[in-house]
Amino acid sequence: MDLINPDVVDLSRFQFALTALYHFMFVPLTLGLTFMLAAMETVYVVTGRKIYKDMAQFWGKLFGINFAIGVATGITMEFEFGTNWSMYSRFFGDMFGTPLAIEGLMAFFMESTFVGLMFFGWDRLSKQAHLAITYLVALGSNLSALWILVANASMNMPEGAHFDPDTMRMQFDSVVKVIFNPDAQAKFVHTSVAGYVSAAMFVMGISAFYILRGKHKAFAARSFRMAALFGIISTVAVITLGDVLGRLDYEHQPTKIAAIEGVWHTTNPPFEPWLAFALPDDAKQENHLEIGVPFVLTPLVTHSFDTPVTGMIELEQQAGPHIISGIQAVSALHQYSRTHDAVDLEQFRAHEADMGFGFLAMRHAPNQDVTNIPADRLASVVQQTEPDILPNVFVTFWAFRIMVFLSLWFFAVFAFSAYVSLKNRLEKNRLLLKLCMWSIPLPILATEFGWITAEAGRQPWTVFNRLPTFLSASSHGVGYMIFSLAGFALLYSIFIAAELFLMFKYARLGPDHDAHETHDTHLSIVPDGKSAFSVASSLSS
Amino acid sequence: MDTYAILKLVWAGILGVLFIGLGVMVGMDMGVGTLLRFVGRNDGERRTALNIIGPHWDGNQVWFILGGGAIFAAFPTLYATSFSVFYVVMILLLFSMILRPVAFEYRSKADSKHWRASWDGVFLISGALPMFIYGAAFGNVLEGVGYHFGWTGQYYQDESFFSYLINPFAILCGLMSVALSVYQGGVMLMLRSEDPIHGRARRYAMRGGVTAAVLFVIGGVFISRLNGFHLDNGNPGMPANPMQGQHVTVSIGGWLENFHLHPALWLLPLLGVSCMLLGTMMVKTNRPVLAWWIGVGSWIGTICTVGSAMFPFLMPSSTTPDQSLTIWNSTASAYGLTCMLVVASIFVPIILSYTSWCYYVMRGKVRTADVIHDNHSY
Repeated sequence: MDLINPDVVDLSRFQFALTALYHFMFVPLTLGLTFMLAAMETVYVVTGRKIYKDMAQFWGKLFGINFAIGVATGITMEFEFGTNWSMYSRFFGDMFGTPLAIEGLMAFFMESTFVGLMFFGWDRLSKQAHLAITYLVALGSNLSALWILVANASMNMPEGAHFDPDTMRMQFDSVVKVIFNPDAQAKFVHTSVAGYVSAAMFVMGISAFYILRGKHKAFAARSFRMAALFGIISTVAVITLGDVLGRLDYEHQPTKIAAIEGVWHTTNPPFEPWLAFALPDDAKQENHLEIGVPFVLTPLVTHSFDTPVTGMIELEQQAGPHIISGIQAVSALHQYSRTHDAVDLEQFRAHEADMGFGFLAMRHAPNQDVTNIPADRLASVVQQTEPDILPNVFVTFWAFRIMVFLSLWFFAVFAFSAYVSLKNRLEKNRLLLKLCMWSIPLPILATEFGWITAEAGRQPWTVFNRLPTFLSASSHGVGYMIFSLAGFALLYSIFIAAELFLMFKYARLGPDHDAHETHDTHLSIVPDGKSAFSVASSLSS
Repeated sequence: MDTYAILKLVWAGILGVLFIGLGVMVGMDMGVGTLLRFVGRNDGERRTALNIIGPHWDGNQVWFILGGGAIFAAFPTLYATSFSVFYVVMILLLFSMILRPVAFEYRSKADSKHWRASWDGVFLISGALPMFIYGAAFGNVLEGVGYHFGWTGQYYQDESFFSYLINPFAILCGLMSVALSVYQGGVMLMLRSEDPIHGRARRYAMRGGVTAAVLFVIGGVFISRLNGFHLDNGNPGMPANPMQGQHVTVSIGGWLENFHLHPALWLLPLLGVSCMLLGTMMVKTNRPVLAWWIGVGSWIGTICTVGSAMFPFLMPSSTTPDQSLTIWNSTASAYGLTCMLVVASIFVPIILSYTSWCYYVMRGKVRTADVIHDNHSY
């Protein structure tokens, strides 16, 4: 048997990370913008005021520029499972392919078919019918995210499938368990709401730019307020749901949560500090320069005051027996694949639960063959495999922190913006407007780091505790990888350049119809430039 | 026959339907992309051509995505092996495919001549190349592909990609697929455009139809000289594992065996060729609606001919024939196939009905004068 070339595995991982992160720059904005477009159009249909139609059409144009690359780069992901991760696709395709195909049938088809009508149907459909189409696009893109995250969750928490030694792969056996995988539910809401934050910041930031320039004022003020309110609700939701997700990781992926929090040794509740800053050292297995907030870690992670968080060093020691048992499982499986003997099957069944750890040990076995490890080498193979169960702690720890710190920043920006907008004092707060503008890329950055936390934290597994990443790759030569990487680098650079060029162009141009500017020179939405609060209080009194 | 075997057969059928849907719908859009620079002599005419498929191409492209998704879910081993073995070709296909959505959305959003001419070039490549690869892939598969599996299920490639890229039969199949897509795209342009686009599209559609028919017949002669595969031992209900349980022999002309056993199958290639020729006549006599539906018939004839020649093979291995992928050994579990069948039978009718509704809403001729003044058009 050919050996797995570690360079090809690394290059495949690099390519997948690159293309996935690139795709994920555009997806969150799509998720949120579709709903914001629907909200704007709803106001238009209900009130009949044309300015809201202009808003839906203008932001719709920017949405289209973003949507195109989102779709294009999404196709890449679907291809790469087959082209670069063939062992994974065969091993887990039964399970992973199903939600992916359902996504196509139920969501992607709907979104893609109606997006054409959304752009082209303004004059051909009644107001209500067009609004319905816009909602269907929003529903489609969000359902799409749901099914993709269901698929992803099955890799993080493989439930609803079992390994079949006769087909040598995981076989899907419960659609209910797959759909109601708690990881999928929490991750879907967390991720899609993070998309709403991105869209809100995008609309708010560009509106802030117009207000700063004194252009399209009425248009910008309305968009700004809508975005600020949408943003504050979404940010609160994203933080709350992030906490739910953390709690799930604590229960199901102890290595991920330990890496996220930089916990090397099992904690001593309740005093344990939550580390706001630290430099985790993967090689020495310790943190440098820790700055922490005492008492916070235990309640934050475990939702209790007395449950410890298991440290990475302890997790590593606990893995030893599983690795030995896993080696026996893989050896029995190999034997069974040749003999189909009941005795071998029984031997495999006895160690089946640890099979993944046996695969993990392949990397350190002589000739990558765990079925034939000489007795005197076993201890050293196990010892070398143990540290492999941990993800890269530095990356996981910091990706998580950047995400969290950014979300706190969004909370502050949205809260303050919503307040100032409702008070109708936007024009006076030029610093705030500038901060809004500069914050446009930050939610996208935060979702990227969120993704890195989730996926880097899952390592060394593609299917948690079942199939290691290095074994999942296709058996290509390095040349193939260089060819595809060079192509992606070239194409994706052209894409981003074209996207930014058009985004800046159309954002600068602003909405098409400025007719209402002549009637509506005020920045304020409510009459007489009064604050929305005073209008509300005068209504209530 | 047990339930699992029936499920496998049903999914092979669905795969065929997806391939046909992909050929017709994506092929039509790709044909328009290929013809863009030829049917439109100036920017206004090119924009008109683009806007004819503008509201629909995105939805149509899902046939392609869904084709990939369905192979992944229903035939995971086929998906894993074919995408990897054809790595270079697949990556080229991917590159040309992902340029399309961007080209549609971006081309007309800036005025510069260079900008638009560059994206027009992208339409040509991303229209012709994917259809070429789509057809060539069928050619490659018919010839057998060099790969084998290790005991864990990892595949290993036995041939370099040059042998797949550059070989006459694959090139012939690729060209035929491009010709059919030019036909379907030309007919669609005829349906919704006026002269001068209409007249030019008509000319290209006729050339496409005739070329496809000629290449199809030559391909048939070619196949009788190719190695064909025969399944000696291996059963429909077997566990879906290509690493064991099968014995396969290879012989020249073997792909025609099914036709000799069941002469009625000859109707399929006959359907293909006669649709190509009949369609061309309909184009000539200016009946694009009829020509469009007859075009569907030529895709049905082509895909079903290949499918029945190869049955039950999906991707034979030229170097380790016993590990060839067949309908029996490369599907998902019975449970997975059942689940997806339920989902598909609910959603496919829904998809077909809203897709038709979209075409109905956007019916009528697209006029260059309107396109130039419409803010929402491509």
